[in-house]
Amino acid sequence: MAKSYETELPLKAFGWAGTDTSGTLSPFNFSRRENGDDDVTLKILFCGVCHSDLHTLKNDWGFTTYPVVPGHEIVGEVTKIGNNVKNFKVGDKVGVGVMVESCQTCENCQQDLENYCPKLVFTYNSPYNGTRTYGGYSDFVVVHQRYVLQFPANLPLDAGAPLLCAGITVYSPMKYYGMTEPGKHLGVAGLGGLGHVAIKFGKAFGLKVTVISTSPNKKSEAIDKLGADSFIVSNDPEQMKAATGTIDYIIDTISADHSVLPLLGLLKLNGKLVTVGLPSKPLELPVFPLVAGRKLIGGSNFGGIKETQEMLDFCGKHNITADIELIKMDQINTAMERLSKADVKYRFVIDVANSFSSL
Amino acid sequence: MASQPEEEHPKKAFGWAARDTSGVLSPFKFSRRETGEKDVAFKVLYCGICHSDLHMVKNEWGNSIYPLVPGHEVAGEVTEVGSKVTKFKVGDRVGVGCMVNSCKSCQSCSDDLENYCPKIILTYSVKNVDGTITYGGYSDSMVCDENFVIRIPDALSLEAAAPLLCAGITVYSPLKYFGLDKPGLHLGVVGLGGLGHMAVKFAKAFGANVTVISTSPNKKKEALEHLGADSFVVSREQDQMQALMGTFDGIIDSVSAQHSLVPLLALVKNHGKLVMVGAPEKPLEVPAFSIIGGRKTVSGSMIGGIKETQEMIDFAAKHGVKPDIEIIAVDYVNTAMERLLKADVKYRFVIDIGNTLKASS
Repeated sequence: MAKSYETELPLKAFGWAGTDTSGTLSPFNFSRRENGDDDVTLKILFCGVCHSDLHTLKNDWGFTTYPVVPGHEIVGEVTKIGNNVKNFKVGDKVGVGVMVESCQTCENCQQDLENYCPKLVFTYNSPYNGTRTYGGYSDFVVVHQRYVLQFPANLPLDAGAPLLCAGITVYSPMKYYGMTEPGKHLGVAGLGGLGHVAIKFGKAFGLKVTVISTSPNKKSEAIDKLGADSFIVSNDPEQMKAATGTIDYIIDTISADHSVLPLLGLLKLNGKLVTVGLPSKPLELPVFPLVAGRKLIGGSNFGGIKETQEMLDFCGKHNITADIELIKMDQINTAMERLSKADVKYRFVIDVANSFSSL
Repeated sequence: MASQPEEEHPKKAFGWAARDTSGVLSPFKFSRRETGEKDVAFKVLYCGICHSDLHMVKNEWGNSIYPLVPGHEVAGEVTEVGSKVTKFKVGDRVGVGCMVNSCKSCQSCSDDLENYCPKIILTYSVKNVDGTITYGGYSDSMVCDENFVIRIPDALSLEAAAPLLCAGITVYSPLKYFGLDKPGLHLGVVGLGGLGHMAVKFAKAFGANVTVISTSPNKKKEALEHLGADSFVVSREQDQMQALMGTFDGIIDSVSAQHSLVPLLALVKNHGKLVMVGAPEKPLEVPAFSIIGGRKTVSGSMIGGIKETQEMIDFAAKHGVKPDIEIIAVDYVNTAMERLLKADVKYRFVIDIGNTLKASS
C-alpha cells in the first residue's frame, strides 16, 4: 500500500526530492505538521546546497530513506508563530540548520551540545513522530522555536544561508580545539564550502592561514580573494616538505578519501588535526606521528544551537558570509553534478522563493 | 686484538649486546667516555627490559646499529661526578631513561619537552654528538650528562624504579597532559603488559575508576585483585563491550600489535580521548564518523621530559606506585626476550646487573 506523503500531515508542502541512489532530484508533493504552540513556520527563501545533501541523496553513508528532501542551510521569513513563542515574530528573518529536535534531558543537551544528543533529529532524513523529516529544498518548514536561529540583520540572506551548516561546522571545532589564538598558524585542507569559510573565520581570529589543496589553480583566488596568507599544493612533495612542522592546527574539510599522514607531518609538536569532512572510507591513521609528536586527530559535528547563534552573531559583527552561486531549484541536478566535481566557488544556494511558482 | 668499541673511550665497560637481526644477546666488551665536567658516572645495578629493546635488537624499526647494547630503564649508584656537577654526588641513587642528551636550544627543550627534541640522543643505538654510538643499560656502567639523570628517592628500591624510567613516564605523561588525572574519571587501559599495568596503577593513584580492556580473559583475576583495576572487559565479547559503550572519559592504548580502534572509539564518551602509547607499525583505520559523531580525539604521546620524569618518580615514591617485576640474571636475557615476545611476563623483566653481570676474562 503506497503511503501518501501528501496526506500524512495536515499542511500541503512542495519540494524536490531524491528517490533512489542515482541522487536525481525531482518535484515532490508532501505535507508538514500544523504550527504547534512552540513552533515557528518559515517560508523558505534560500537554502544552501551542502555536500552532505549529495552524500545523502546517493546513500553514500548507507542510512538514507527515500524519498529524501535535503537541505539544512535554510534561511526564511517567519509566517506563523505558536502561542508560546516569544523570541520570534511574523516577518523575522531566521535560519534553520542541521537539526530540528533533540531530547533536552541528556548530558549533551544540558550542556548546549544538542548536536551530540543520541536522540537528535536531523532537519532531513530522520524518523520523526511516525513520519520523517524533510529539509529545505521546499517551500516552507515548521520547526520548534528552540531550533530556529535569529539571522543577523546586516547579512545578505542568500550568502548567509551556508553559515547554518558550513559556518558552524568549522566555527565550533575552531573554538573547541583552541584554534583562535592570534598569531598562530592554521592550515585549511580542502577549499570548498567548509574550507573557504574556515579561511574567513581564521583571518577573523587573527590567525595566519595556509590553504592545503590538490588544485594549484585555486591559489590566486585563495590568497587574493579569500584572504589566505599562503597556499600549499599537497601533492607537491617539495612544498609539503618545506612546510613540515610549521602549522599549529589543521581543519581538514576534505570529503574525498585521502591520506592524513602528510597533513600530520605539517603539524608542529602538540599539533591538532581536526576532521570535519566525512570521507566514506575510514581514514588510515598512522600512529607513530601521533606518538612521536604528541599530535591529535579529532572530529567535530556541526554545533549546538547556542553556539550556532553565537557564530551567526560573530559573522554579523565581522561581515562574514559564504561565496555563493545562486541557482534555481530546477538547476539542482546540474549543480549536484558540478558539486561532485568540486566545480563551485564555493557553495550553491537555491533561490527557493523565486523557484516555486505560486500554486 | 681490542675492537673499536673497546678502544674508542678511555674507560673499560662490559655489557651484553645483540650482533645481528636475530636479536640474540651475548657478552660484549666496550668502553665509556671519561667523566666530563658535567657528567655523572654510575655503576649500573638494575636495568628493565622494555619491549622497545626487543624491537631494536631485531631491527624491527629499521634503525638499529650493531653491536647494540639495549636498556633504557637503568638504575644504579653514582661513582664519580664531574667538576661542574651540582645535582648529584657519589653514592646517590640515580636512573637514566630513554634519552641522554638533546639540543638544549629548541622550543621543545626550552619547554622541558626534551623527549620531542628533533636532535634527541637516545640512550642506545644512535650516534652521539662525538660520533660514537650510544650503548644502553644492559651494562656495568654509564656516563651521562647530569641534566638527563634522575634522582631515585629512598622510598623506591632501584629494581622497582628502573621500569618507571620508560614504562612509568610513558603512561604518566599523557594521563597528565590530556587531563585524565582528575579523580572520578572513568579510564580504560588497553593491553596489560609493561605499559598497561603501570597505567592501571597510576590511574588508580589519580583517583580514577579503571577498566582494563583485554583480549585475554585469564588476566581478569589478576587485573582486579592484584593490580587494583575496578573492572575488566574482554574486547572480543560483544555484550561486554556494548554495555560499556560511551562510558569512558579516556582510554590509554598500550597495544603495539595491529588492532582496530573502532570498538575503542565506541567505548569513549562524547568529547572523550583515545591516547596511543603503543605504536602499531601500519596505519589503523578510523572511520571519520567514529570521531566526528561524538567529537572524539585520537592522540599519542612519547615518554616524557626530564622534569616530568623526575616528577613522576617522586609521585610514584610518595604514592607507592611500583611496577610488578620479575628479576632475572643477565644470562637469562635471551630467554626473557623470547618470553616477552609471547607476553609471558608479569609485567616487566628487570636484569639484576649488579649481582650477575660479570666481565668474562
